[in-house]
Amino acid sequence: MRGANSAKWVAMAAVVALAATACGGGDSDSDSSGPADKNAKVVFDNGEPQKPLQPANTMESYGSAVIRSLFTGLVDYEAGTGKIVKQNAESITTKDNKTWTVKLKAGWKFHNGETVTSKSYVDAWNWAAATKNNQQNSSWFADIKGYEDVHPEKGDAKGDKMSGLKVVDDTTFTIELVAPIPYFEYKLGYEVFSPLPSGFFEDPKGYGQKPVGNGPYKFVKWDHNKQIDVETYADYQGSNKPKNGGVIFKNYSQPEAAYKDLTSDNVDVIRQVPPNDLPNYKSDLGDRAIDQDYSAIQTINPAFYNTQFKDIDVKVLQGLSMAIDRDTITKTVLQGTRVPATGWVAKDVLGYQPGACGEFCKFDPAKAKDLIKQGGGVPKNAMKIQYNADGGHKEWVDAVCGSIRKSVGVECVGDSKADFQADLEARDNKQVKSMYRSGWVLDYPFNGNFLRDLYGTGVAGNKGAFSDPAFDALVKKADGAKTVDESAKNYNLAEQELKKTFPAIPLWYYKVNSGYSKNVSNVKFNQKGDPILTDITVNQK
Amino acid sequence: MGRYVARRLLQMIPVFIGTTFLIFFMVRTLPGDPIRALWGDKAPDPTQLAALRHEYGLDNPMWQQYLDYMKGLFQGDFGTTVGGRPVSEILSDAFPVTIRLALIALTFEMVLGLVLGVFAGMKRGKLVDRSVLILTLLVISIPVFVLAYIFQTVFGTELGWTTATVQDSMSVEQLILPGIVLGSLSLAYVARLTRTTVAENLRADYMRTALAKGLPQRRIVVNHLLRNSLIPVVTFLGTDLGALMGGAIVTEGIFNVQGVGGALYQGLIRREGSTVVGIVTCLVFVYLAMSLIIDLLYAVLDPRIRYA
Repeated sequence: MRGANSAKWVAMAAVVALAATACGGGDSDSDSSGPADKNAKVVFDNGEPQKPLQPANTMESYGSAVIRSLFTGLVDYEAGTGKIVKQNAESITTKDNKTWTVKLKAGWKFHNGETVTSKSYVDAWNWAAATKNNQQNSSWFADIKGYEDVHPEKGDAKGDKMSGLKVVDDTTFTIELVAPIPYFEYKLGYEVFSPLPSGFFEDPKGYGQKPVGNGPYKFVKWDHNKQIDVETYADYQGSNKPKNGGVIFKNYSQPEAAYKDLTSDNVDVIRQVPPNDLPNYKSDLGDRAIDQDYSAIQTINPAFYNTQFKDIDVKVLQGLSMAIDRDTITKTVLQGTRVPATGWVAKDVLGYQPGACGEFCKFDPAKAKDLIKQGGGVPKNAMKIQYNADGGHKEWVDAVCGSIRKSVGVECVGDSKADFQADLEARDNKQVKSMYRSGWVLDYPFNGNFLRDLYGTGVAGNKGAFSDPAFDALVKKADGAKTVDESAKNYNLAEQELKKTFPAIPLWYYKVNSGYSKNVSNVKFNQKGDPILTDITVNQK
Repeated sequence: MGRYVARRLLQMIPVFIGTTFLIFFMVRTLPGDPIRALWGDKAPDPTQLAALRHEYGLDNPMWQQYLDYMKGLFQGDFGTTVGGRPVSEILSDAFPVTIRLALIALTFEMVLGLVLGVFAGMKRGKLVDRSVLILTLLVISIPVFVLAYIFQTVFGTELGWTTATVQDSMSVEQLILPGIVLGSLSLAYVARLTRTTVAENLRADYMRTALAKGLPQRRIVVNHLLRNSLIPVVTFLGTDLGALMGGAIVTEGIFNVQGVGGALYQGLIRREGSTVVGIVTCLVFVYLAMSLIIDLLYAVLDPRIRYA
């Protein structure tokens, strides 16, 4: 009896104490979820990276997510606005947009204790650009002078150093470009431009399995096909210091399994809610559901090399665009996972202008019919949309076709390719019969990335053989601008120009539909559709 | 006996070469290029693309790629993935998991299937028999993934007896639930097969003799009835082990087991020919070995069968 009584008193005292601290702590900590456990790790649903973990060798999202946690480059982007945040760079300056001087912050170290110097950057970039090192993203260095010496189009490389990169001292180096690029600083935020420790160059393979970076997290272990374990790097100098103890990148082969584990709190953050669970994920997760825009766009593009669209009147394309009921399709078939597009540049990047496409991206069957008639109609009054059957595109392609058929009476069917590889091959070899599905996730948050790299004459991303001298001239002008803002403004004009040629019919922007477990708080996603891992806090148990 | 086994082993060589050849060519002749696909919607740099294709020997003619692959295979080298990881490493990671899973499933279907089958067969037409028939019919008609989702929701999410998915693929305890799901379909077949042969053999002459000799019931069932009824069941179980290992893709996916199914699926999605061929080659070996073991078991079960 005595024991029970004293236990009761202790419990009551604890309740009072808890209530008191809760009241007191409320002011400083705006998050309602209570104190965070700084040492606990976040479990994130991520697949097995396809490539070794080398910064310039990874393009798919599983590998990039890990790379970004291990490496921090010169600059970073602010989530939501796309503004530049200096990380390892103290300053990046230029007078003519051609020669850039980078000054590094002192005191940055790799996880093995080695100091990050200008040499760490210059050597890493030279190594990654060389053809012989087989880095997938090597062409990112093509802007730098001397690139063709290490990466010639044909034949053997002349050397292994780009003449445009010069080390001034331990914390300063200069980059000379082939031609002025006002927004070059934006490109530097891509993980391709990460520094590498000196040990890497002796054993790139080994470092690909056990990477040593300078980022917020330190590599612990890669258990292939199961998980990758990283822990918080205590001496990290960047502004995005981790608020948790580390991350476990757990491999799920099916999104359904990850979602099941999320609802039972065995995984903390997932990439995307699987289609079958979309109707109920908000009621399952409550305020732990995430529904957020990110900077990616989906379009359907006419292949201008085939007979159908070779000499098409732009009015026909404008009409087809107006025949698509984007609002209804995104709400019904796509279950709210996309937002109707109003232009060719995705949201949240520098230079995004709402409504760039104007009335041509609004659903208006009567006007659509009119425009198509004025433009001489779609040849044979039939069209196809090529897509890959393994990417979940069938539903919306059918819906878009249905919308076109219903509003303007053009016979439209999906042209299914068995998988992504087959779809790409048809696009690369210019075998698309009519139109094809295309998508673009930003490389860096600048509107030029969505314009120049997709619709410029002869650029590699332009798969539909589109060419418009007026657009090219505007791009050239934008690239020759003095400042980033001026360049972005000029790119706005270039985007306006696309209204007159319609190289792609904008459909919608992507959204992240995800959620997090009861174990964590402060989960947000960045513009690439990846969670901002460093900001996640683990609730104290 | 020894000569028989040697002959069977020699026969495996052409089967092995034939299957690897077929799979290799099928995977490599699919449209699309795995290296090009690394870039996705973005455009590849042609120089780097060519260099990478050369690195993986994809610029050689098909027959030379096959010869190179076979040359490596005889030296124990299964090739590497596009990511540069040796395929043998993937195999040695994935197979222990799937073998565990398959053995759990096999044990489950064998023990429960035999027990149910023998009971049903001996009480033919009675309530036990009827219920076993209905139960097995139900299991056969439900697709595996439906059963998997039901089990996952009931035992994982609702009852909380185990986690909804497997957290550690090597833990036998955690693999029990997926193992049961995986073995349930075959369980129905084993039960039905056993039931039929048991019911048939019950009327055999030797059963009457055993009964007339006054042998105890247990001895009659185990030594006489079961032994004679096992041959078709053993045949089924033997080939089923291979089927369980290769056919676990769906179950492994739902329960997030990182085994052969997952590796095969990923290999196919990423068009990594060497991974796919490596896994299938191993599965072919499992099939071949199992069919040899079954044939040898026949002689044990039925002394009238002799191999020379």
